Amino acid sequence: MGGVILYGSPISTCSARVLLCLEEVGAEYQLVPISMPTGEHKKPDHLARNPFGQIPALEDGDLVLFESRAISRYVLRKYKESGTDLLKEGNLAKSAMVDVWLEAESQQYNPAISPIVYQSLFVPKMRGGTPDQAIIDASLEKFKKVLEVYEARLSKSKYLAGDFFSFADLSHFPYTKYLMVTPYASVFESYPHVKAWWKDITSRPAFKKVSAGMLGS
Amino acid sequence: MTSVTVYGAPFSPAVSRVLACLYEKDVDFKLAPVDMAKGQHKSPDFLKLQPFGQVPAFQDELATVFESRAICKYICNKYPEKGNQNLIGGRDGGLLARTSVDQWLEAEGQSFNPPSSALVFQLAFAPMFGFKQDPAAIEQNEAKLANVLDVYDRRLGESKFLAGDDFTLADLVHLPNGHILVSKKEDLFLSRKNVGRWWEEISARPSWKKVVEMQNVPQS
Repeated sequence: MGGVILYGSPISTCSARVLLCLEEVGAEYQLVPISMPTGEHKKPDHLARNPFGQIPALEDGDLVLFESRAISRYVLRKYKESGTDLLKEGNLAKSAMVDVWLEAESQQYNPAISPIVYQSLFVPKMRGGTPDQAIIDASLEKFKKVLEVYEARLSKSKYLAGDFFSFADLSHFPYTKYLMVTPYASVFESYPHVKAWWKDITSRPAFKKVSAGMLGS
Repeated sequence: MTSVTVYGAPFSPAVSRVLACLYEKDVDFKLAPVDMAKGQHKSPDFLKLQPFGQVPAFQDELATVFESRAICKYICNKYPEKGNQNLIGGRDGGLLARTSVDQWLEAEGQSFNPPSSALVFQLAFAPMFGFKQDPAAIEQNEAKLANVLDVYDRRLGESKFLAGDDFTLADLVHLPNGHILVSKKEDLFLSRKNVGRWWEEISARPSWKKVVEMQNVPQS
């Protein structure tokens, strides 16, 4: 059958999101590296896959997709028969909660955490630059407010969408993994339910496998 | 007698996104005001509906839902037979049609939304609420949004709407910020031929016109 092709990088957060889904459903896939340092992501071949010039992109036969959260949904639906149902689309109330916490990741969690990771990890490690502490500090304050909401949620619910592990939990993995590699990991100490949730989800085999390919492992 | 309640006011872009979807799907609802000036959105009762203390929140007999894009998906999933049946990917399109809608929904959420929301805040809400505008922020976000709209312009030269031949949720989600930005910086949209054409079409939809009417009614 051949499986799907993912254009991206094992160290990229958004590629990792899709890789996790591929691993969770046991899909056959090939990872084709796209070199950001050489600007490959902005060249015509890759722009034809992802017009925003970003990674990842997915090819499945004639279908080409971009946006990791959309690619992930495609993978999770396509391989639903594998027995791993991380979207719960057969149940209106459950799928609503999966969508709610996916949007919370996109609109609340990610904007707060990603500048911390970008400044404290990517800027020094990949650009040889100096972290902007003012940005980190401002983002940390925002992130703590977000974590308060997550702490309250995870005090009542084992996983974000309910008592079941879902794509909503998975989607939080890549940036959180990278935060854990920085000194700012300690922020989680004040949020015991969030910390316990993180320990739980990162014990999954798919997480261990994808984590091994990322920075700081 | 409807079980559907939306919490928030129509002038809020995120609330208006949900209202547009309800009108497209022909789903009756009641609108419950949230007095943000009095801090009602941070009250314990409201935080039970929306733990981040933001609008909108949505409730029906089955679920309490927040985040406007999740609410829109829920409405489409719950009422597939009502109103616009193509809103999350045509009936016969199956997985591929739905996937295309998901892709452009994410493009809006990740690429269009951040700079357009920042501009909406600077150009519309800062003056309205007495905050000082930040010219650097306006310039940076306008440049980012221009790059995004260049990508959109190429796409809309090949495709009638973002996800394909039909108007879908992927287009609808752009209406709230688009509407405000076209009133303040119309060149961003209208100077790009395909984006301009697309904007004229989507903003002319009866569902959106109803929302704009609601926004123009003074809230008591």
